Amino acid sequence: MHMLKIDNLHARVEGKEILKGLSLTVKPGEVHAIMGPNGAGKSTLGNVLAGRDGYEVTAGSVDFAGRDLLALEPEERAAVGVFLAFQYPVEIPGVNNTYFLRAALNAQRKFRGEEELDSMRFLKLVREKLKVMQISDELLHRAVNEGFSGGEKKRNEIFQMAVLEPKLAILDETDSGLDIDALKQVAEGVNALRSPDRSFVIVTHYQRLLDYIEPDFVHVLAGGRIVESGDKDLALKLEEQGYAWLAEKHPELRKADLTGEPA
Amino acid sequence: MTNAPSPFVRAALDAAAAVPATGIAWLDAARRENLEAFAADGLPEGRNEAWKYTPLRALAQRALALADRDAAGTLAVDAARIALPGVEGDRVVFVDGTYRADLSSATTTGIALLPLAGALAQNPEPLRFALANRYRHGAADAFAHLNAALAVDGLVLRVDDGVAIARPVHVVHVSSGAQADTAWHVRVLLDIGKAASVDVVEHYVTLGDAAQLGTVVTDIVVRENARLGLVVLQDASTATTLVRRSHARLDAGATATVHALELGGALVRHELQADVNGDGARFDSRGVFALSGRQHIDTQLEVRHQARDTASDALWRGIADGRSRGVFRGAIVVAEGADGTDASLSNKNLLLSGQAEIDTKPELEIYADEVKAAHGATIGQLDERSLFYLRSRGIPLAQARSLLTLAFCRAALESLPNDALREHLGDLLVAHLPTGPAAD
Repeated sequence: MHMLKIDNLHARVEGKEILKGLSLTVKPGEVHAIMGPNGAGKSTLGNVLAGRDGYEVTAGSVDFAGRDLLALEPEERAAVGVFLAFQYPVEIPGVNNTYFLRAALNAQRKFRGEEELDSMRFLKLVREKLKVMQISDELLHRAVNEGFSGGEKKRNEIFQMAVLEPKLAILDETDSGLDIDALKQVAEGVNALRSPDRSFVIVTHYQRLLDYIEPDFVHVLAGGRIVESGDKDLALKLEEQGYAWLAEKHPELRKADLTGEPA
Repeated sequence: MTNAPSPFVRAALDAAAAVPATGIAWLDAARRENLEAFAADGLPEGRNEAWKYTPLRALAQRALALADRDAAGTLAVDAARIALPGVEGDRVVFVDGTYRADLSSATTTGIALLPLAGALAQNPEPLRFALANRYRHGAADAFAHLNAALAVDGLVLRVDDGVAIARPVHVVHVSSGAQADTAWHVRVLLDIGKAASVDVVEHYVTLGDAAQLGTVVTDIVVRENARLGLVVLQDASTATTLVRRSHARLDAGATATVHALELGGALVRHELQADVNGDGARFDSRGVFALSGRQHIDTQLEVRHQARDTASDALWRGIADGRSRGVFRGAIVVAEGADGTDASLSNKNLLLSGQAEIDTKPELEIYADEVKAAHGATIGQLDERSLFYLRSRGIPLAQARSLLTLAFCRAALESLPNDALREHLGDLLVAHLPTGPAAD
């Protein structure tokens, strides 16, 4: 049984078609890495799956554990178990990090018909998860992402994931802008959350992250579609050779689709 | 040129005829002259700069009788309706402008809470300066004239020199909402003795649905090295018209902090003026006005620095939804010789609907040297990226909107005198915010 089945997905942003027939199937427990040149549609995929305004799906379908994901509001997608770790987490002054996270968890639980957590039980849960992410509880007392360093923001994303316990986590270039220590910490956090019934889609520009989070599958996203799939060796090949070699196999791709430069 | 007086003015003159004389010559003369000025000038019109954004055409057509004082004196008021968390000190209650001894309680030593009539009977002289005011700005002062002529009841609050009052004093103005097209008027004097300290919570509530007008004119003196915390919670019904003027004088070393939360009312005007008269005095104001439906709330803040090394900080937030209209004018005047003044003013506004409107006007007039002054005003919308971020974590749209709106106001509410009151006002604000999708 699949967890996520994307079939022939077409999506537009500001009138421009970015995804052009993307298909991908993810089973429970699997880790899929999606790589690709700039402008291939990597971030668009995450935003479409999370339901961001302005991303218009023109064709295709996304099935998430038997539900039509595209018919759900963003908050409903979260409640059924989809989590997007943002490439650029937003700073929200005036909203306390802990308050926000408890409101989020309880809103999800309420949607699923589960009992809401009181503040005692919530704090207990948070303390357990803090250990996993090696986050100082000082961050919890601050406003959401406000004044956080780049690394702190990304770790906060993974920490939120640990608390919310999604079924499917999409990491949108979580490694970008991280130094090697921060990268390792993020990877350790993700690895601690791997389980037979939790899947990951890791969107990344660099092979480096995959040294620490070992994927089951690696896909190349170019020209708005998955054009190549393989195991982790594919990532190494891309690291060594770039994307140009794909032109021979896929004559339909324009040069710009593989170099990431504007057409 | 004389226009025929409007129904509003004619009704006020009729009401004044029924107000008994006090027998205090200077007071009766002041009432008469203020009434004459009101009759001559009428209500301010659109070309009056101070009232430019708050049209009174509809009010001018209403003939308002004075609220029935006998009924107001006996109306049942549920104590739970006026109770406020964190405000458990002495209490003074007015119903439709009538002092209610039965609902009021004053047991704290070092502070006197007298109904105006009682204070006048005791010794009118100390009240003379405030009550003999003639208000010289013509129609712009129409409601001050009206209040001076018609307010027979009120409050005189005095804190003795050197006394710190621990528990906030609760001053409640209840509009009965019992009878449409009636008006009430209250006069308030706060006199904070030298080096004294007190928190006062001025609280507006409405019981029924009938459309009433209330006016409150407050004169505040914060004497040398004294401290006043004034919290205004305006939670009147959306049928209520409220016009208030609060003037504070700060002597040397005095500090006053005003917090205002304006939630209710159909048409609300608040003129908040501070004369920072003594060296080293400080006047801070924080306010939130949150409007929806067809509400109109107009805040006119004016801080005048008249002495050396004085400071003021004004931080106001406005939220307008539906077809509401918010008006904010914030003026800082630094007089000649008020060197070393440090003044700042910030007014940020959030438009939650395409049909709502906010007019904001920060003003700075500086006639002194060595002054630090900053002011700014913005009007914006909720940040779409922040909304999506919250929703992507499972927080429903309506909750995400109110979370961000409350966050927008947080800076204005965080310095309230105690946690219980701060939480309560935050809850009231959230309950008042729209929960549905944007109206536009």
